[in-house]
Amino acid sequence: MLTFVQQLLNGLTIGSFYAFVALGYSLIYAILKLINFAHGDLFGLGAYLGYTVFVYASGVVGRTLGLWGLLPMGFAAAALGTACAGLVIERVAYRPIYPIGRLPAVVSALGMAIFLSNFIMAVWGPRYLAYQESFIPTGFWQIGEFKIRVLQVLILVSSLVLLGVLYFVVERTTFGAAVRAVALDRETAALMGIDFLKVIRFAFAVGPALGAIAGVFVGMYYRQINFTMGWVYGLKAFTATILGGIGNIPGAMVGGILLGLLEALTAGYISAAWKDVFVFAALMLLLIFRPTGLLGEKVAEKV
Amino acid sequence: MNLVRLRNFAAHKPVRVALFFLVFGFLVSFPFWASRYWVDVGFYVGLYALLGLGLNVILGEVGLFNLGHAAFWAIGAYTTAILNVRFGLPTLALLPISALVAAGCAWLVSSPIIHLRGDYLCIVTIALGEIVRLVLINNPGGLTGGPNGVVGIARPAFLGHVIRTPMDFYFLVWAVVAVCALALRQLQRSRIGRAWNYIREDEIAAESMGVDVRALKLLAFVLGAALAGLAGNIFAAKMRMVSPDSFTFMESCLMFCIVLLGGMGSVPGTIVGAALVVLFPEVFRPVAQYRLLFFGLALAATMYFRPGGLWPRRRAVEFLVERPGR
Repeated sequence: MLTFVQQLLNGLTIGSFYAFVALGYSLIYAILKLINFAHGDLFGLGAYLGYTVFVYASGVVGRTLGLWGLLPMGFAAAALGTACAGLVIERVAYRPIYPIGRLPAVVSALGMAIFLSNFIMAVWGPRYLAYQESFIPTGFWQIGEFKIRVLQVLILVSSLVLLGVLYFVVERTTFGAAVRAVALDRETAALMGIDFLKVIRFAFAVGPALGAIAGVFVGMYYRQINFTMGWVYGLKAFTATILGGIGNIPGAMVGGILLGLLEALTAGYISAAWKDVFVFAALMLLLIFRPTGLLGEKVAEKV
Repeated sequence: MNLVRLRNFAAHKPVRVALFFLVFGFLVSFPFWASRYWVDVGFYVGLYALLGLGLNVILGEVGLFNLGHAAFWAIGAYTTAILNVRFGLPTLALLPISALVAAGCAWLVSSPIIHLRGDYLCIVTIALGEIVRLVLINNPGGLTGGPNGVVGIARPAFLGHVIRTPMDFYFLVWAVVAVCALALRQLQRSRIGRAWNYIREDEIAAESMGVDVRALKLLAFVLGAALAGLAGNIFAAKMRMVSPDSFTFMESCLMFCIVLLGGMGSVPGTIVGAALVVLFPEVFRPVAQYRLLFFGLALAATMYFRPGGLWPRRRAVEFLVERPGR
């Protein structure tokens, strides 16, 4: 029972990472119908930016404001920097290409993914970097034999809050209505006076920013980051996106959490080495029987 | 508009024949004057051309997004490795067997997923590629040797001549590429090839015209995987070992890029794409650390300047309208 709850908690934490990254995929896919393969590496970039800020700021800021003053700074810097990177990539590599066709855009996205991961390697080097103890909340609560880390709670709460905010913005505000309209039909939305470039910029700023926050959390949780981490998490998060139903915000969240739970439970009870095989096999099975994901709506086939 | 004039010039029959012999002569003479190192590079161009041709059938001809093609390459390579090392079958004789096994696996796994469209098929093939790689790492039944792979594959021998030097392998791979390229050119012009292109352009219209969409998509998958199986055999023979590291998602991405860089459905384009993908990092070796950085940028730039690929396939209609001097 104890290990089960512990695995559940681990699964929820990992699931939150996937959910964060999946939100970015889903948002951009909903609006552009483009799988942004560079998204995973933007997540990696966020982890590295956060690391850099923590390393350079931990001296001064850490001493004056303490850990809880340092954390928001690191997150904000990572999110802002990665959002800028996302906007630049959109402007340089996608905007000129996506009117041409979807496949050239996919190649361009793959090119950007390769570019970004090698950019990270060129700047920060190919070796693992360690997130140091001094900028990770290390506290925990002990309930009987059961241990809850402060970091885990922080991850879970912030993922819920940010999802809630994003959901509110997209579903309840005027701007959100514009986002949904562009997602449905870009041309008609443009004819109605909606500035779809603004919507696209929104997606390319918010998606990577969320990814960056996840990147910093992953760095804190596993204590180490590497320039290839973007591929791995990008792939898993994309799987989560599809699981939940692509282009659907709560779906991305549900998909991410489910994937995390599935992974933690198979790793705990069946085999750690085979967990990814189970995850991908589950994805294939789901798509065979429910091609639009768990929460995906049935879309009429365009003839 | 110089490119158009160049293309029209190249469409004249004597020019085409001359070009063909020029390229043929270059490819045949290349290993006799180039250094061993560049002959090896030439081998890899041929290998990736073969992989690209396989994916081109699936992605280029039929328009099925397959981002897991490395899986079939891996299956071909491991078939060769396991059957040779465990059962002592001669490596070259395993060439067709590897292709058959890869094709069989492709048929098995693609049957249930072939109805998926566009990006959904894309993600399932990614998952497939990962599953195959992870299974190879996890070493089921002690068969695949885990992360270390299988070592000690015998050199292939052809009529008593052991294929060993870079030049031997160069000719082996390019001979296979030549045969496959010619066969695919014929297939393109056949009923099957036209039906494939019809599916790519408009699946529903094709179906309503009586094209058996499902069977033809499966055929494309199986054929593409068979070519990847051939490439796997040659790769295993050349390396004399196989390991899961060689068959990553990145490789599938590279194959995807080869097809789109060259031009969807274009056989010579695919070979040009393969040359580009292999040669680019070689040419940029002086700045080794940054070469993939530039490679990523080059992919995006190519798609911007030539969205149809470097050597797009001419359409039959275009031929009818503007084919000059014949």
